[in-house]
Amino acid sequence: MADVVTSSSALAAAPSAAPEDARWRVIARNAFPFIVVFAIWEIVAQLGIFPPRLFPSLLTVAQAFVNLTIEGILPHHALDTILRLLAGFALAGLVGVTLGILMGRSRRFEDIALPLVSVLAPIPGIAWAPLFLLWFGLGSQPAMLLVAFVSAFPIIFNTWTGVKAVKEIWVRSAQAMGADDRRLFVKVIVPGALPYILTGLRLGLAQAWRALVGVEMLAAVPWGLGWMIFGAREFLNTDVMLAGVVVIGALGLALEKLVFQKLEQFTVMRWGMMT
Amino acid sequence: MSAVTTSGAAAGPAARTMSPRLRSAVRATISLVIFALLYEAIARSEYFPAVLMPSLGKIGHTLLTGILDGTMIGHAAGTMYRVMCGMALAVVVGLPLGILMARSKPVENFVMPLASAFMPIPSLAWVPIFILWFGLGNTVAILIVFYAALFPMLLNTWSGVRAVNPLWLRAAGAMGADERKLFWKVIVPGASPFIITGMRQAFLRAWIAVIGAEFLAASDWGLGWVIFDAKEFLNAELMIASLIVIGAIGFLFERLVFGTLERVTVQRWGMVRMAKG
Repeated sequence: MADVVTSSSALAAAPSAAPEDARWRVIARNAFPFIVVFAIWEIVAQLGIFPPRLFPSLLTVAQAFVNLTIEGILPHHALDTILRLLAGFALAGLVGVTLGILMGRSRRFEDIALPLVSVLAPIPGIAWAPLFLLWFGLGSQPAMLLVAFVSAFPIIFNTWTGVKAVKEIWVRSAQAMGADDRRLFVKVIVPGALPYILTGLRLGLAQAWRALVGVEMLAAVPWGLGWMIFGAREFLNTDVMLAGVVVIGALGLALEKLVFQKLEQFTVMRWGMMT
Repeated sequence: MSAVTTSGAAAGPAARTMSPRLRSAVRATISLVIFALLYEAIARSEYFPAVLMPSLGKIGHTLLTGILDGTMIGHAAGTMYRVMCGMALAVVVGLPLGILMARSKPVENFVMPLASAFMPIPSLAWVPIFILWFGLGNTVAILIVFYAALFPMLLNTWSGVRAVNPLWLRAAGAMGADERKLFWKVIVPGASPFIITGMRQAFLRAWIAVIGAEFLAASDWGLGWVIFDAKEFLNAELMIASLIVIGAIGFLFERLVFGTLERVTVQRWGMVRMAKG
């Protein structure tokens, strides 16, 4: 982002030539491995070693991608997946942060909740999927609940650790300066635990994303990228499946670059302010 | 952990540190017992159909008979076999490639963009495609595990080798170590905390991926397949019993295998502080 701004604002032609050149070299260097992989793929596909239905040429995949996008099918699938992810994640964030803070602040609550959380945490979230389907029926609801369930654990653990990591001396000095419980919470505990909470949210979102694609295949949701690629298998539409995988990868990358890294920068910034 | 050793060393403060510890343990037991009773009460009340929410006795019975007649152990062994094959592949590919990437700039320039493009794709997204290519069964599960485990392995090895203190390399070189000795005596031990972290993360990912792969690419054995198959027969007690086994294996592996591995390698070489700092 910063690169774009600086290069477009640099109206003076002479000094911008050199960084422009360097940028092209970086782009070329990053593109080169993909060109090699795509070329190998295309050669194998054109040679016809594998049936073209199972191993389509890149052109077919691109065609499928464009067609699905124009017809609005692919955006609809992607939108539903994102909404499901956000809904589940919001639920997990709300419950996870609340539980984590309660566990961090109250010894009694910690003793009650921690054993339960520790017993449930080592079970992979996706393993619950069939049970959730039995309990909540097929469709969107169990998928969302499972996403919330999966991402809640890292959020709980990190929030709990963060609240416990708030220095006792900060709490005591705030109290000595006459802060009441509410102010103590808003002004000391939340800012102090924030870096941990953000890390927890980041981990939770990453886990939610990985689980969501899997659970969409199992839960027979009407719309969703996971279901799209799993459904396409029935008709041997490998091109649709590959287009779906590309979109899933792009969304994952966007989550990582736009959300995780922004959060991490924010975390680092907070850390800088803390110490 | 350190609290245990200190309280064992000095008898005086031990009594004081012991009591909150004991109280926590008692409270933990009480809370688990209360939740178990609560669950049992709801299950017995038949507010939900008994097939969907079996009583604890039934779950325990299923778990015990499954272990005693060997079926559960067989399925667990099947899942373990898939994880081990996939992990072994990931280590065989990821470890040398990670070291190469760290030691050679062209390899890094070639592999890094590919790795960062493929990493955000969840491994389960490949399952339908792999099913088409390789058919149902073992191959798909092993390849999915491989895909899930490869990236943590690769990236941790890469950053581990890069994090080896260049001073050590120069010191070893000055003391006359040749390339091979440099590799085995300096780079591998130096990078080992990262490599073990990579294996740990790889196992965690692999353990999740194998269950998902077994759901979708059902063959006829494996813990994931048991859960998926039991759903068809509304056999909730078998599903929960398998969940318990899955959680227990994951937990034991994390604690026993990787804990031990870390103790015998990294801690003995005195590398732990560097890994954390």
